[in-house]
Amino acid sequence: MSFYASEHAMRAERVLERADLQARLVPGPREVSPNCGVAVAFLWEQEPDVERALTESKVRFEAIHRYELDDSVSTAGTVVR
Amino acid sequence: MPGDVYLDNAATSWPKPPGVLEAIKDFLAQAGGNTGRSGHHRSIASSRAVSLARERLADLLGVESPDELIFTKNATEGLNVAIYGLADGVAQIVTTSLEHNSVMRPLRDLEQRGRCAIEIVHADGNTGEIDVEEWTARLRAASPALAVATHASNVTGALLPIEALAAAAREAGVPLVVDASQSAGHVPLSLSALGAAAVAMPGHKGLLGPSGTGLLYFAPGVEPEPLMRGGTGSQSELEYQPGFLPDRYESGTLNAIGIAGLGAAAEYLADVGIDSVQERLTDLGRRFRDGLAGVDGLTVLGPADPADSVGIASLNVEGVPCATTARLLDDEWGVMTRAGLHCSPAAHRSLGTAPEGTVRFSWGNDTSDADIDVAIEAVRTIAARERSAEPLGTVA
Repeated sequence: MSFYASEHAMRAERVLERADLQARLVPGPREVSPNCGVAVAFLWEQEPDVERALTESKVRFEAIHRYELDDSVSTAGTVVR
Repeated sequence: MPGDVYLDNAATSWPKPPGVLEAIKDFLAQAGGNTGRSGHHRSIASSRAVSLARERLADLLGVESPDELIFTKNATEGLNVAIYGLADGVAQIVTTSLEHNSVMRPLRDLEQRGRCAIEIVHADGNTGEIDVEEWTARLRAASPALAVATHASNVTGALLPIEALAAAAREAGVPLVVDASQSAGHVPLSLSALGAAAVAMPGHKGLLGPSGTGLLYFAPGVEPEPLMRGGTGSQSELEYQPGFLPDRYESGTLNAIGIAGLGAAAEYLADVGIDSVQERLTDLGRRFRDGLAGVDGLTVLGPADPADSVGIASLNVEGVPCATTARLLDDEWGVMTRAGLHCSPAAHRSLGTAPEGTVRFSWGNDTSDADIDVAIEAVRTIAARERSAEPLGTVA
């Protein structure tokens, strides 16, 4: 998940942690977003819950990108939102 | 030996809650990176501290979305961003006679440049009462207009009826900028409910944070041009200022160390409760006023009931210049006050105390009853000495 401002990424991390959703801040890959230094990584299975939690807390995000991990090698992200 | 009685909290609060120092030390030891600039762990730790502080302050001040709270270096910066931004295209600015120079100087600058006219509604200099009908009439007559009002006088501590002033501005369709420099942290605030377009405040007075911190609130949809543009860490590929909050108004490296301390102060105030702070300030005000009642040659300004003010009282001892009174208070009793015009010449003209000014006493939640008693005894002694015509400066 990428953000416009780092403030929003930090708030997203806190909101997801309080909602018991697994999430962590990661350096934002260049192809994901040049907007701010960090992105939030979460499990794809929890995507509806993540989106709901952020929407309810009015945390803005830029886009959600899906990464397929294969033996710890990630493919390029696909923008899904 | 003079004591150490700090009664200059309206200039900046002292002492700060212990958590403020701890937060600053933790920030320097464990964070220390630049907020929102990099992906490494010290930058992220810095961003987390700033974001958490913003959230705590938004909760404390009744702000619906933390994005609406912008970090500034002080109230003056916030007032300048709001006034210059919102004055664009405005023909008249309506304000009160109790404003600090952080409001008056930007307004007079706009007037001097021929950009708008300034209309001053004269508040009762002593009680701080403002004729809401006159305020409303001036707002209705002025178009297009902007209004600016302080929430509390920094000279007398008198609270203005800010809800009524804001309601009148809203009904007249005039954006209102509020200077909450003396009320933030001393009086419960609910900025989203107030309905003002903008509210500015320092972080280092009633909010108990370090100097170099301030806050500016913009209501949803109020997004004037920023005063400064520059690096924000976001949208680095663009040579134009981001439009989203809070980055639109937060160019350049933030005072993250100070903000970390301010966040700890907000946590402390949330625990103590601003209602409780207000009660304590009122009790101390009553003690101060009662202790000085009936002293010959003493004029105490401000509302008779300290519940209508914010922990400030201004006074003058007849025949003693206010600067001399302040010097004697510090030299002989260690009572620290502020003498003069307090950067509010218009307010002192309203009070009839210009150009000399007054001696201002301002207490905080940590001020003890004993501190107030020392101040009372000191003022009584100075007044009695003057009346008995003893030379000034005689050691008590």
